[in-house]
Amino acid sequence: MRSARAEIVAAYPITPQTQIIEKLAEFIAKGEMRARYIRVESEHSAMAACISAEACGARSFTATSSHGLLYMSELIFWAGMGRFPVTMAVVNRALAPPWSIWNEHTDILTQRDAGWVIMMCENAQEAYDTAVQAFKIAEDERVTQPVMYGLDAFTLSHTAENVDPLDQRDVDGFLPPLDPSKLAVYMDTDHPITFGNLLGPDMMMEFRHKVMEGMSAATGVIEEVARDYANVSGRPQTGLLEDYRCNDAEVAVVSIGASSGDAKDAVDQLRDEGVRAGMVKLRVIRPFPAERLREKLGTIKAVAVVDRDYSYGFGGILAGDTMATLKRGVARYIAGLGGRDISVADFRGMMMDSLKASEEGNEPPEVWWNLKEVP
Amino acid sequence: MQATSEREEGVGKAKAKQKVALSSPSEGASGLTGMWRIKKPLMDQGKCNKCLICWLYCPEAAITRDKENRVSINYEFCKGCGICGEVCPSKAIVIVKEV
Repeated sequence: MRSARAEIVAAYPITPQTQIIEKLAEFIAKGEMRARYIRVESEHSAMAACISAEACGARSFTATSSHGLLYMSELIFWAGMGRFPVTMAVVNRALAPPWSIWNEHTDILTQRDAGWVIMMCENAQEAYDTAVQAFKIAEDERVTQPVMYGLDAFTLSHTAENVDPLDQRDVDGFLPPLDPSKLAVYMDTDHPITFGNLLGPDMMMEFRHKVMEGMSAATGVIEEVARDYANVSGRPQTGLLEDYRCNDAEVAVVSIGASSGDAKDAVDQLRDEGVRAGMVKLRVIRPFPAERLREKLGTIKAVAVVDRDYSYGFGGILAGDTMATLKRGVARYIAGLGGRDISVADFRGMMMDSLKASEEGNEPPEVWWNLKEVP
Repeated sequence: MQATSEREEGVGKAKAKQKVALSSPSEGASGLTGMWRIKKPLMDQGKCNKCLICWLYCPEAAITRDKENRVSINYEFCKGCGICGEVCPSKAIVIVKEV
């Protein structure tokens, strides 16, 4: 946020997001970041403040988690449908009950229909890189939609890792100041406008359609921004998704977030043992990278989707989107809910399980992985 | 400011260019809201001392004033809330049942 020169930070603390906003408060208090920190009484107000600031032409950021995200939910739709290019870090945490502060992706996935670009980060470096790119994507005239990005609780939020920040001049060249003329809503007292007014059935669909067009355009813009950022940073960037050794694979696992690193290790181990394994990491969940996913997985025999989330009464959320995209069944693994570790061995096991089902000609299964007996 | 001139174009001329639904404040932007009224303010110009308090308080800007500060009620938009009758110090406005 300091690199991206965010001008407004409005946030309410919640574990495990607290460290992000504490650090930003410190930067601002010490004068190391020129921004206004707005202390609010709730996440609902945090997003309202960010929306209002964007409407006045100020680059705005907030961060939240789990219950805070759901408390903010109404305003998340106001930002998405109102097309305010706010960006937000969502530290993924399970929703109670039972009370939990640990990792799960269900929180961010509940917001997938709100007109926000949704991204997921694998490690601290990708979190930094995504934070800078998020504003570039959100403020792009073709997109003009807000962006949220998920960071796995504790694995990313509380684990110390080296991060290589960009030189400030490079960031400034990559991400120029927000241009109010490109905003969908810009409040100017000399030319008053009303936003959020009543709109009848005669035009409502047309404005929803514009949100759809903005989100569709984001697909190309995200890849373009990743390419530009790779040039500036000198580090390769993942656009919509990362293909890890999928080329000739007979089994591939689809994963998001921090555990994708373990999935890659599992792929390497299986490859060493003669199993042609691969992995696709989805960096972007909305807009769903359907075309790229079809390119990568279209011909692979066994596909295993790992969901650290669940849509009760349906199944894993990513598995549902993947099946709709590929127009075929995939093996569906529900794992790591409430912060349970998904280890390299687990990824190996899931890939081998899906490959076995495929070789035996069975329907791809849905498995709650490593489920225990409740005493 | 460049932003302002583009905004003017966006709002005034080409509605298709709008990225979200916006409107400029204007009379009757929400239709003829006078239809909602069940009570109606009636003004006695003889009692009015032109203090303009009713004009100031009307939440719908449905009371207008002319150059001589003579006020009149626009019944196409007056919702009949009765605030003007409450605030009028010379009791020049009475609220009567209409429907």
